[in-house]
Amino acid sequence: MNRTIKKIESTSDLKKIMAAYYSSLAECDSSKKIAWCSSVGPAELLRAMGFEVFFPENHGAMIGASKKAADYISHANAAGYSPDICSYLTSDIGAFIKKETPMKKAAGLDKVPEPDVLVYCTNQCRDVQDWFSWYARHFDVPIAGVESFRGLGELTRDHVNAVSAQIKNLIPTLEKITHTRFDIDRLRKVVELSQRCSSLWKQVLETAASVPAPLTFFDAAIHMGPAVVLRGTSTACDYYELLLKELKQRVSDGTGAVEQEKYRLYWEGMPIWGAHRDLATLLSSHGAGVVASTYCNSWIFDSLDPQDPFDSMARAYAGLFIARTDSWKENYIAQQVEQFNINGIVFHEAKTCPNNSNSMYAMPKRIKTPSVVINGDLNDLRLFSLEQTQIRLEAFLERLD
Amino acid sequence: MFLGIDAGSTEAKAVVVNINGEVLGMGAYRTWTDFTEAAEKAVALALANAGADMDSVKSAVSTGYGRNIQGLAKCAKTEISCHGAGAFKYFPEPLTVIDIGGQDSKIIKIGAKGELLDFKMNRKCAAGTGAFLEETSRRMGSGIGEMNALAANSTQKVELGSYCTVFSFSEILSLSRKGVKKEDLARAVYVSMVKRIMEMDTFAGKVVITGGAVEFNPVLIEIFKEESGINALVPPSPRFAGALGAALFAIKEYNA
Repeated sequence: MNRTIKKIESTSDLKKIMAAYYSSLAECDSSKKIAWCSSVGPAELLRAMGFEVFFPENHGAMIGASKKAADYISHANAAGYSPDICSYLTSDIGAFIKKETPMKKAAGLDKVPEPDVLVYCTNQCRDVQDWFSWYARHFDVPIAGVESFRGLGELTRDHVNAVSAQIKNLIPTLEKITHTRFDIDRLRKVVELSQRCSSLWKQVLETAASVPAPLTFFDAAIHMGPAVVLRGTSTACDYYELLLKELKQRVSDGTGAVEQEKYRLYWEGMPIWGAHRDLATLLSSHGAGVVASTYCNSWIFDSLDPQDPFDSMARAYAGLFIARTDSWKENYIAQQVEQFNINGIVFHEAKTCPNNSNSMYAMPKRIKTPSVVINGDLNDLRLFSLEQTQIRLEAFLERLD
Repeated sequence: MFLGIDAGSTEAKAVVVNINGEVLGMGAYRTWTDFTEAAEKAVALALANAGADMDSVKSAVSTGYGRNIQGLAKCAKTEISCHGAGAFKYFPEPLTVIDIGGQDSKIIKIGAKGELLDFKMNRKCAAGTGAFLEETSRRMGSGIGEMNALAANSTQKVELGSYCTVFSFSEILSLSRKGVKKEDLARAVYVSMVKRIMEMDTFAGKVVITGGAVEFNPVLIEIFKEESGINALVPPSPRFAGALGAALFAIKEYNA
């Protein structure tokens, strides 16, 4: 069991792009305004209005990957935030209190860029609103948001209207900060770039439908960085064209990300950032490739349309997987199983992220595909045991044999 | 001959079988912190019981917490598969195997041909595991054998409400202050274990219980029946079921 994971060559470009993005935030002069935005919040509108956009969830993931989250979470706990709530929130606020950031290592930044405004969407959870509110109080800056829906079956005209109206309602607040007028043509341009980014990202992920898959979830969760923090820019599109070219070459060469791919798995739930590499190594050593995931798919926004920017943004933000009913999610997963030729599903039950833990309401018992549940967390490694997880995953692969 | 080694968190067990899967020898040794030493001693005991030596072993498979330690065996299998195979050897039909191990408890569903259908393990918590029993017994000042004898003489049913090993003992102290007998408290500890296991999954087919907890605490079977209404089966030497399953996989490896 000495299989290796094939390194993606474009990674060096990815690192440069991400470092340049963080540096650009640090180098902002006072003429540039900075908006903090939730990961599937109205980033297109913010960019169109001239903001530099910082995404705290991306920062949270970096903290998780640094394996230092537990050091930070305790500071947020002491400040009154429960260890049972979102560990992105607690580790990020804790890191701020401790005056540390993983961006120091990634791009030489001493601190996160200070916001002029914080903008959220509650499509993924309520925690993001609480999280941003802490910073709004700390920096004494405006906070504005879009209240989206949960447990949606069909996304109706009424849902779209409600979200679209809230996105439009952000404009006066944002205009007061930038002292510029909103320009619909600029928004159309940004939405067009965002749609292109989304389309390219989708094509990147769909290369993994090939057998063997040229990339795994463990690669994709890293390479989706630009789709999160740079959507609406040509930089993100250029990067995914480069990555797509490399992956298409792998497909035509028959090169798999996992040597001698034997099992094809689907990952449902958040990554376990501090164990991401360990899990990639463990699974690949058994010839198991995680070839598709809900998490990485969540940055595919098929709805975006530059001709109809507000409504299409509303459809994209409100129609996320996480905001849907269980039966909608089960149908979605069944389609993924079919498209990616999946043998089994790994459900990550994240202790501090119940909204992203679909095993908690008996979904594994309802779906037809074999599955295993692993207990862990996105950032708090105290809630995760690699040893226990290894037994579950290895036993699951034995079951699939 | 074929060897199965279960390098468990509490105890290493080894089983030697012939090509027909008949048990020729068994050995066990407390793990403490050294899996390799414990496994080697368990293997030496099993081989001695079988009247054999390592040269006569054609194939070996390891399982348990220390299954991947280099030098134990060429091939490793998880304890899920091994406990399932060990139980199926004695009860060859669709089964739900409940294994109560030192660090974890497992519910393993086995099909008509002995295939692994599904499994569940305890969450990241000692509730319902041998560790819960060991810790609670220690704090009650009773050895494992004594706990079993105490629980067997219980006359009044009391329940522990807490999941947590530490808080369960606080509850025991509180009940003791109220005059609840030690026998009834001991039984409450076993009832707590059984309840945690019953929460893990549903059962299908016949139910077989394996693992050290049931070997040293036969009262668990009676309490399981009382709580679940199911007459659970127990294989001979239930704590060796994992090592036996590993030995059976060693035969498969050899024949492959």
